[in-house]
Amino acid sequence: MAAAAPSQEELRDLYRELILDHARNPRNFGKLAEPYHLAEGINPLCGDKLKVYLQLEEDGQIADASFEGSGCAISIASASLLTEAVIGMTKDEAIGFFSAVINSLTGTEAVKNFDLGKLAALQGVREFPARVKCATLAWHALNAAIHDDQQTATTE
Amino acid sequence: MSEQEPRIAEMHAAEPGDRRADFPALNQQINGHSLVYLDSAASSQAPTAVIDAVASYQQNDHANVHRGVHTLSHRATEAYEGARDLVKSFVNAGTRSEIVFTRGTTEAINLVAQSFCRPVLKSGDRIVITHLEHHSNIVPWQQVCEQTGAELLVASIDEKGQINIAELIGMLDERVRILAIAHVSNALGSILPVRELVEKAHSLDIPVLIDGAQAVPHMPVDVQDLDCDFYAFSGHKMFGPTGIGVLYGKEARLESMPPWQGGGDMILEVSFDGTTYNELPYKFEAGTPNISGAIGLGAAVHYLQGIGMDVIARHEQEILDYMTSELNKVDGMRLIGTADEKASVQSFLLDDIHPHDLGTILDHQGVAIRTGHHCAMPVMNRFGIPGTARASLALYNNRDDIDRLVESLNAARKIFS
Repeated sequence: MAAAAPSQEELRDLYRELILDHARNPRNFGKLAEPYHLAEGINPLCGDKLKVYLQLEEDGQIADASFEGSGCAISIASASLLTEAVIGMTKDEAIGFFSAVINSLTGTEAVKNFDLGKLAALQGVREFPARVKCATLAWHALNAAIHDDQQTATTE
Repeated sequence: MSEQEPRIAEMHAAEPGDRRADFPALNQQINGHSLVYLDSAASSQAPTAVIDAVASYQQNDHANVHRGVHTLSHRATEAYEGARDLVKSFVNAGTRSEIVFTRGTTEAINLVAQSFCRPVLKSGDRIVITHLEHHSNIVPWQQVCEQTGAELLVASIDEKGQINIAELIGMLDERVRILAIAHVSNALGSILPVRELVEKAHSLDIPVLIDGAQAVPHMPVDVQDLDCDFYAFSGHKMFGPTGIGVLYGKEARLESMPPWQGGGDMILEVSFDGTTYNELPYKFEAGTPNISGAIGLGAAVHYLQGIGMDVIARHEQEILDYMTSELNKVDGMRLIGTADEKASVQSFLLDDIHPHDLGTILDHQGVAIRTGHHCAMPVMNRFGIPGTARASLALYNNRDDIDRLVESLNAARKIFS
């Protein structure tokens, strides 16, 4: 038998109001003024593509962040929440946050001792294995942008 | 054909849509709901007859084919070659040597691209395909064009998802080395006028390959009547196992082609001075083949012939018409692929809900559909969309399935309202 099927409650948990709000009205959507750090994320399974833009101060602080692209409600909401969360963080803080978020979405147990803030809302995706990659797409692009990795980040 | 008449009458009483009981996988609960399977264009479910045939071979008859003198090898060979005969009659090929077992449609098309086209293609030559092809009928041609300097021409499709026939015919001239077209579009459901196109191409001595993966499970196919040079299809989309498919090729065409892969079974004699290749179809079946897959495919053919492809086509057309009209009643519905001649498939978008979100919500209600680009990215680009939701039918679907689909779509609209 497969793992226990997600319940109606879990479906509502996946598409909770915060997620739907960010999917309908994504924050920080569009290109930043140059110069910026940019990375593209692609989910080869579904063809979803996102670009994450970062403006970094000399001291490594993220002065501004934005994204553009198309995708499902989960990937767009995740990207929107990402941009809100990382503005004002240092690069190192953002890398730590990236790890915590990825862990919260893919780890075997919920993340403890780390305040994910609004990003905790994404954890409903844990019950939907087929959709985890939608939620992590923007985060892989963020990680690549911070590291100036020119290669397109993928969820594979 | 006269022998089939009573069978058709009998089957009309028990519509194929009531044959769900033949398919054990359909009899299960998904997320607390009975499964509604509307993804047969990706892969169809297997009837008990196929599952039992494969199991019986594995339990009783497994041995290598064309090899041993012992009893099991003889039985395995009989069953494997018996499957070839069944497939031959299913598509009405002229001889059994015209039926080459492959891994699937993809391998069959690659075989033609590499063995039939590559040796003769040169710069200035052309290959013609259409805009609605599955990636498996695009990429092999792109590759052989890169290898030889030939050019790939793509005939466009209109808003309804129909081929622009005049444009396609205009592309056919003495430079064209092959016309490769789908019989039925996997993303849009459009049926192509393949017979007319074969006739046109042949008047200019252009060989034609038809990708029949989405046609053979849904309608009678007669390769001699179509007069195509090659016809490719897959077992797992016609209720058989995965990893088995068929390339039909006219004998003269296949004879003219060099073997594609080398190995055992495709040879008559091997020495270090040289090797004599085996006769058709074995020269294209190097290595131990997918014996159980072929046997399963044979059982699927037998099952389909027992119902009658014309009965299945009629039934599916009725369900497709019902699905189209019911989907049109859903607020916010945009149907993608509205060709006049269609089979078994309906792509759609609902409001601005992304297909993947729709797929998750429907799955939650036990309704399995495919979402995404359906391995036909150029089709999605043509309509300016990243993907679609796609409901696809097979003989086991009925009106209840469509009602459940519509119900779940309305539920999805509520979540996203």
